[in-house]
Amino acid sequence: MPNTIHIPTPLRPFTDKQESVEVSGATVGELLKDLTTRHDGLKKHLYTDDGRLRNFVNVYLNDEDIRYLQKEQTPVKPGDSLSIVPSVAGGVL
Amino acid sequence: MSTATATELPTLNAEEIKRYSRHLIMPEIGMDGQRRIKAGSVLCIGAGGLGSPAAMYLAAAGVGRIGIVDFDVVDYSNLQRQLLHTTPDVGISKLQSAKNKINALNPHVQVDTYEEALSSDNAMRLFKGYDVILDGTDNFPTRYLVNDACVLMGIPNAYGSIFRFEGQASVFATKEGPCYRCLYPEPPPPGLVPSCAEGGVLGVLPGVIGVIQATESIKLLTGVGNPLIGRFMIYDALNMKFRELKLRKDPDCPVCGTHPTVTKLIDYDQFCGIVQPAQDHSAGATVSATEITPVELKKKLDAGETPFILDVREPNEYQINKIPGSTLIPLGELPRRYQELPKDRQIVTQCKMGGRSAKAQDFLKTVGFSDVLNLKGGILKWIDDVDPSQPKY
Repeated sequence: MPNTIHIPTPLRPFTDKQESVEVSGATVGELLKDLTTRHDGLKKHLYTDDGRLRNFVNVYLNDEDIRYLQKEQTPVKPGDSLSIVPSVAGGVL
Repeated sequence: MSTATATELPTLNAEEIKRYSRHLIMPEIGMDGQRRIKAGSVLCIGAGGLGSPAAMYLAAAGVGRIGIVDFDVVDYSNLQRQLLHTTPDVGISKLQSAKNKINALNPHVQVDTYEEALSSDNAMRLFKGYDVILDGTDNFPTRYLVNDACVLMGIPNAYGSIFRFEGQASVFATKEGPCYRCLYPEPPPPGLVPSCAEGGVLGVLPGVIGVIQATESIKLLTGVGNPLIGRFMIYDALNMKFRELKLRKDPDCPVCGTHPTVTKLIDYDQFCGIVQPAQDHSAGATVSATEITPVELKKKLDAGETPFILDVREPNEYQINKIPGSTLIPLGELPRRYQELPKDRQIVTQCKMGGRSAKAQDFLKTVGFSDVLNLKGGILKWIDDVDPSQPKY
């Protein structure tokens, strides 16, 4: 059963405007890898050149920050959803 | 938030009792709670999309002192969402406009206005004496500045942020709770933040988020309810969904952790990797060899030259105004569509103000286009200098 990744508005231009993407994998890292394989343009927004997750991109497994789980090694169960939560500055605009 | 005992709290006169009667009859607020609200103070950073609804509800609720920091002037483009300001206010300072509205709504509120840009030099002075800071700013340097000043001074931050159809809210920098840096230790580099290409905001969105910030401020002042501490609320207006994420106080947080490395305010522009431009681009002081001004482009066209004018804005922007003969390929589509461009003609890249088109220019050079100029100041400058008949946005 695939898992869902919620794509935040600022990154939707890189997923053909989709607000969520179905992906599969056994860990958080595998789901993200699957996502960036399907949508190559996301890669540079999520990962540094040496392949580490950028530290201004927060990834949540359900409602929990993966930094407080096992990071990208965190196992996922069917039906779990990932959320990418980037920092957004807007306000007055 | 207010630690004053009931006897120290300000009293309410007959008019105020009538005004706040819908609060007073609720046991959760009641007379004590209303007096705490009156004793309370909130500093709004910005009187824009978020600050407008927040300040109005805080004023209506009877917050004793509302401070506002802003240095902007009301513009027509503000009126789609910034309800503090109305059509006759266009052209006057946002602070004056805000003060007029708040005074009219509730004369019992003391409005203190600060017509300055928030900076590391003035933040501590401005924040002093306020119970809650309400962060409604629009840029990363100020976000980090507000956060750090709140942590260092022990003042909670009712945080809100918006982008297009999506908003975020939380309460940061309480004693036990996390701060903004626990969530985002560092800002994104300028090149990777969403550009104005994907900008814009649904007018009602800051209403929802600003009112959440005001709600949290009032809860902090009165001590009722469960504040949005250690929780991050994400609101998606398009799908009408609220999602809540857990936030943890990071023991390694550089500002609120156990061994903080940030112990005073820093240079936040530098921290966010923002380099101040050496000259004002809109003034058009200097034109580099890779740029062309609208007037020069017009001369070229009038002289019969046929540069390929590539507009890299979004289709909905192209509907508002355009340079005659230009071709639209949005910046995001360029990597897979650049083959559509002629190899044998000079290309002039163009967007709204020149930022996105500079990126397009850089990209085209990496894929082998050698003769590419960027239109300095974009379509707005074109309208100013060449074709004032077109509308601006």
